[in-house]
Amino acid sequence: MKLRVNGKDHDVAAPSDMPLLWVLRDLLGLTGTKYGCGMAQCGACTVHIDGHAVRSCVLPVAAVGGRAVTTIEGLSAEASHPVQLAWIEADVVQCGYCQPGQIMGAAALIAARPDPTDDDIDAALSGNICRCGTYLRIRAAVKRAAELSRRKA
Amino acid sequence: MNVDRRQFLRTSTVAGTGLIIGMHILPRGRVWAAAPGAPPGPLPDPNAFLRIGNDGGVTVLIAHSEMGQGIWTTMAMLIAEELGCDWSTMRVEHAPAAPAYAHTSFGVQMTGGSSSTWSEFDRYRQAGAMARDMLIRAAAKRWKVPAIRCRVDSGHVITGRRKLGFGELAEAAQKLAPPAEARLKNPRDWKIIGKPTRRLDSPEKVAGRARFGMDIRLPGMLTALVARSPVFGGKVRSFRADRARAVPGVRKVVRIPSGVAVVADHFWAAKLGRDALAIQWDEGPGAQLDTEKMRGQHRELARKPGAVASGAGDVEAGLRGAARTIEADYEFPYLAHAPMEPLNCTVRLSAGRCEVWTGTQFQTMDQKTAAEIAGLKPEQVEIHTAFLGGGFGRRATTTSDFVAEAVHVVKAARLGVPIKVVWTREDDIRGGYYRPMWTHHLRVGLGANGRPVAWRQTIVGQSILEGTPFGAAMIKGGVDGTSVEGAADSPYVKAVAHHLVDLHSPKSPIPVLWWRSVGHTHTAFVMETFIDELAHAAGKDPLAYRRQLLRGHGRHLGVLELAAAKAGWGKPLPRGRFRGLAVHESFGSFVAEVAEVSVSGAGVRVHRVVCAVDCGICVNPLGVRAQLESAVAFGLTAALHGELTIKAGRVQQSNFHDYPILRMSEMPEVEVHIAKSREKSGGVGEVGTPPVAPAVANALFAATGKRFRRLPFRLEAS
Repeated sequence: MKLRVNGKDHDVAAPSDMPLLWVLRDLLGLTGTKYGCGMAQCGACTVHIDGHAVRSCVLPVAAVGGRAVTTIEGLSAEASHPVQLAWIEADVVQCGYCQPGQIMGAAALIAARPDPTDDDIDAALSGNICRCGTYLRIRAAVKRAAELSRRKA
Repeated sequence: MNVDRRQFLRTSTVAGTGLIIGMHILPRGRVWAAAPGAPPGPLPDPNAFLRIGNDGGVTVLIAHSEMGQGIWTTMAMLIAEELGCDWSTMRVEHAPAAPAYAHTSFGVQMTGGSSSTWSEFDRYRQAGAMARDMLIRAAAKRWKVPAIRCRVDSGHVITGRRKLGFGELAEAAQKLAPPAEARLKNPRDWKIIGKPTRRLDSPEKVAGRARFGMDIRLPGMLTALVARSPVFGGKVRSFRADRARAVPGVRKVVRIPSGVAVVADHFWAAKLGRDALAIQWDEGPGAQLDTEKMRGQHRELARKPGAVASGAGDVEAGLRGAARTIEADYEFPYLAHAPMEPLNCTVRLSAGRCEVWTGTQFQTMDQKTAAEIAGLKPEQVEIHTAFLGGGFGRRATTTSDFVAEAVHVVKAARLGVPIKVVWTREDDIRGGYYRPMWTHHLRVGLGANGRPVAWRQTIVGQSILEGTPFGAAMIKGGVDGTSVEGAADSPYVKAVAHHLVDLHSPKSPIPVLWWRSVGHTHTAFVMETFIDELAHAAGKDPLAYRRQLLRGHGRHLGVLELAAAKAGWGKPLPRGRFRGLAVHESFGSFVAEVAEVSVSGAGVRVHRVVCAVDCGICVNPLGVRAQLESAVAFGLTAALHGELTIKAGRVQQSNFHDYPILRMSEMPEVEVHIAKSREKSGGVGEVGTPPVAPAVANALFAATGKRFRRLPFRLEAS
């Protein structure tokens, strides 16, 4: 079946019920998207589909259709997205495993809400678990990223 | 650097790599029982802590594993401080498994016990200083000036107006004899140690480029999932390999000691194959396990004398003579570490060689274990340490469980290709190696002045060290020190003339393990909530009462006063908010925390946690803050949510829906204040966890008038 990921078309030989996560990781080698729970409980697998944050671990690949999938690898060239820059500036990461999912969630949030409130951030990112507990820095970095984006716009 | 340490130094020339500095310092105070006092094996070649390329790039090899705690950056800072290199050229790699990288105190290569910074503080600075010395001598020789007239700055050696880059000097420096010992900078001249420094691993982690064990991909690699017994100690009776093999993509089904492995082209096929196995298990006695029953057994044991961990005077006489006595029981459940990256391990076996890729905290054990299974010598096993997607203790087991299993799978499958064994989240939550279940029973007598005069505390819980290579050295007189740390050595207890802390270590087939802050996870809670209770009984303010009892314990008092002042202890709070405080020493550091909470219905909301930490010399304040924030989240997860229960031998939780982790919306504001200190560095990674749950419990008492003696908190049941 055909799959459009990070602006490139792929022909993938996958069973139709195979979650998008494993197609990305095991068939396309895009390992930036992480497995954490397999039941949409932790958000480590978050990708964008047509710009919306989606949990790829429970999405059968056949359900993607012709929509555009963006993974952390395709979010920006050279990790230059305002969210990624803000993440480095705020020294957010610890183990880092959940962060691609957090960053994809945050990027979708500020695209939809250029000036997110604390409640917006809670609503958008409370589905993303960070076992290292970097939440405070994530919150600060989302606000900083929004500011960087607005300045750029 | 201590001159009494024997020290071996070796440099070696590797084509094109420039200067390599390596050394081996014989550890003092080994706690490893496998080879007490044995000399180290032959030094590996190259035995390197530091490489300077001909391009001037500096690569630091870290003997410890980066699992979020920031050691990737801290070790580089220690080298850079002495080397005088350009920080922007620093690169870091995990060291291979080799004797040279053994922990300077533990004698084995491992990351744990919040020990990386203090144990490497001399060794990594010394490596940087030796390289500096050799670069300076190389430059001095070229310029024909005395070395004393040369200095280093930002990756250059400078004399007068002349300067040469490290890269230009690396080859020449390599040919010089290394100094027996290089002089370390005076702490007054430190430019990097103590400076808030951003992490070196951020760029690759925010780009999704960082390689965790889970992300390893090798030519021809297959993926395996293992079906393990749903009951601890259960054995496979029968299974339907044919059904698993019928799943497209499944290549092989093999029996291994821990269960049945399904090897497939990718995770999804392996999972569907595993689901189809229809395994019948011989469950064995493990099927009788029931945590509710165990609670009752623990409570009974807690009323019987155990092995003495700490004692003085005559505690029963002391209790009889007390003006009043207070009695309390505390209970703590089994907990899983649940790192975000589920366990995994990739293994490739070939003639005379075994390669292992994994995120591990315990390279020495992994190497030894893999070698035994593969029928090789340890030095024939290469361990490639990937980034760890969280560790918290789970990635250091004395059985090397997840590495051993992967070697078994590859050996049994005999496919001639590398295989990555992946654990699902359910496998992780149900796979054992838990923080043990703990019970404490206390009877404490107070004198007329409200101070304790007799202290009787009995602790019940499985030993994490019994039956491991650490046991011989660390279990004394039937007491596993990690079961009683924070209680038996508590300054409150030690000051009581009549005291007795004893221990029961019931056995169970449930595998148990250290979990971020180990024994302190339960002892700090008991000590700090009980002291609060005593303060209340004495009619004293909890801060004032602690001040009295901790007189002479300057570092405890220092953080207590700092946290109290910053939190505004004693000042009015908004309506409905309440404060609690706790202070605890662990891993050589001292932490006090003040929590602000509110209660509505059955819900606890933690709004703010003010932390004060005295960790001695603080290498990276930004990293220390991060670890304290992290520890607060970790401790709150346990206090508010964490509980594993077992019924008919089966763990009843399986994933994040029934084993919840603190989420963004529950995260309190956290303030971290670092006490100025010239003391030796203490630990940081774990030390913020112990005080948070008792601080919250004490705030809950202020809010509700009820004492919470069981975790996680149950407002309705109390």
